[in-house]
Amino acid sequence: MLDGNTLLDKIPKNPDLIQINLVGLRTIVTKEVRRVLRIWVQTIVPPAITMTLYFIIFGSLIGSRIGEMGGVPYTTFIAPGLIMMSVITNSFGNVVSSFFSGKLQLNLEELLVSPLDFTTIIIGYVAGGVARGLAVAALVTIVASFFTDLSVVYPLVTISVVILTAIVFSLAGLLNAIFANSFDDISIIPTFVLAPLTYLGGVFFSITLLSPFWQKVALVNPILYMVNAFRYGMLGSSDIPLSTAFIIILVAVFGLFGLALFLLRRGIGIRT
Amino acid sequence: MQEGDFFALLGPNGAGKTTVIGIVTSLVNKTSGTVSVFGHNMDEQCEAAKACIGIVPQEVNLNMFEKNENILINQAGYYGVPRSIAKKRAEKYLKAVHLWDRRDDIARNLSGGMKRRLMIARALVHEPRLLILDEPTAGVDIEIRRSMWELMREINDIGMTIILTTHYLEEAESLCRNIAIIDEGKLIENDAMANVVSKLQREVFVLTMRDFMQNPPVIEGYEVRLRNNHEIEVEVAKDQGLNGLFNAISNQSLHVSSMRTRSNRLEELFMRLVENKNLNIKISQQSKLKDSAGIAQEQSN
Repeated sequence: MLDGNTLLDKIPKNPDLIQINLVGLRTIVTKEVRRVLRIWVQTIVPPAITMTLYFIIFGSLIGSRIGEMGGVPYTTFIAPGLIMMSVITNSFGNVVSSFFSGKLQLNLEELLVSPLDFTTIIIGYVAGGVARGLAVAALVTIVASFFTDLSVVYPLVTISVVILTAIVFSLAGLLNAIFANSFDDISIIPTFVLAPLTYLGGVFFSITLLSPFWQKVALVNPILYMVNAFRYGMLGSSDIPLSTAFIIILVAVFGLFGLALFLLRRGIGIRT
Repeated sequence: MQEGDFFALLGPNGAGKTTVIGIVTSLVNKTSGTVSVFGHNMDEQCEAAKACIGIVPQEVNLNMFEKNENILINQAGYYGVPRSIAKKRAEKYLKAVHLWDRRDDIARNLSGGMKRRLMIARALVHEPRLLILDEPTAGVDIEIRRSMWELMREINDIGMTIILTTHYLEEAESLCRNIAIIDEGKLIENDAMANVVSKLQREVFVLTMRDFMQNPPVIEGYEVRLRNNHEIEVEVAKDQGLNGLFNAISNQSLHVSSMRTRSNRLEELFMRLVENKNLNIKISQQSKLKDSAGIAQEQSN
């Protein structure tokens, strides 16, 4: 049944950890992307429908009465915000549900007992979140193009901001999943933290509409920087200086990555 | 443990078997001590140590919505096996556990025994040097269990080191060369299987008699109990042998149809070891109580 020659003779005494991590990373990314595609009805379609409704209601119906905002028609103004909103919720949701279901079904142990470095595991899950975020972003962009004329003024800024934002919220989703012990725990953050921050993060309005006090309060919200940087990339205008936005996004990327790595290496949320 | 060994780790529920395995596979944080796997210290070379291990856990931990073949291919990938080789290995080990025809099914649709077999195939797919099986045959029917034993023997024969924890002591006795028994996290026995079994001083045999009996026959030197009208239990000391027993039975014109051991020998030994340990603890607690009572008396004097 088993051929001895294929077994122990070929097992290296000192495993090549670089090779293991490269193949392992590819495996995790493939698995995560396949998961997104396998359950496309849950992962890809709903954001497209939701965003279509946003464009119909806020863009066409209400937006036509609002007129211009930030020097562009209201529908054009909210388009970058709605794309970012999809990226944020989907990259977060993908990692939190994938990692947490792995914890719940115990199949996360497949990774934990493997020789993969936690850096590889984090990058793998984040890549899955980014893939879903970008797929949804592309779909929402197509939807938006039916309602308004979209142009990209600074393509490099646009692409880098959308990717970095997807990374930030994939990492945030991972952290949520690490601490989560029940389904309640994975719905609390999106409902009570992520949604308010997103809605108040300049998706539907320019912060110049706020009073000076609330403008300062709004600056505490990191999503404001991401939405505005993305809007700058697409429309060429922003409430926030681009450099400040990039600094905050990069600090969030490295800070959250470092925190996730620290927690996983300490075994918090994954070991007894 | 030596490389190439087939090693049994036994202990009652809550003894710490799964915790030991959890520590070796890094799923449980240890509080003290060191673990070394093929010379790789788990504290310093954790990844290198883990690369040598394949684990079949006690609890089913499969991705229930993933195709069975993909479960194996992914697992191989986590250990650095390229996808083209992983596919061939998945076929090889799914065939070895008789699940190849279920390769496109998802794990959720498999029976309990099939899930256990799938977990064995998953643990083998990266061809580890050490295979840890934590109660792999629990809930598996006899036919499948025997075929799994055959598979375990085969992989041990070609040099893979195996650690087995099981509640089926017959399984441990027939498969393993060495054995450790733990209780409440303490090692109470660690020796070759033959040596451990030879420590058993008494064995209980069940004799099925052709004759109808209302009382157990009285046989000098042997403790005999009646199980039912056709069965007796006889406790035989190691140095007594069975000739005297059969002579005495023949002298009483009784006829033995068949004979078997009452329980697995290892089970008998296991119970005695745990009982002895509990007895020792009781004695030491009593002597401690006596000592402290004596000290209290001296102080009051």
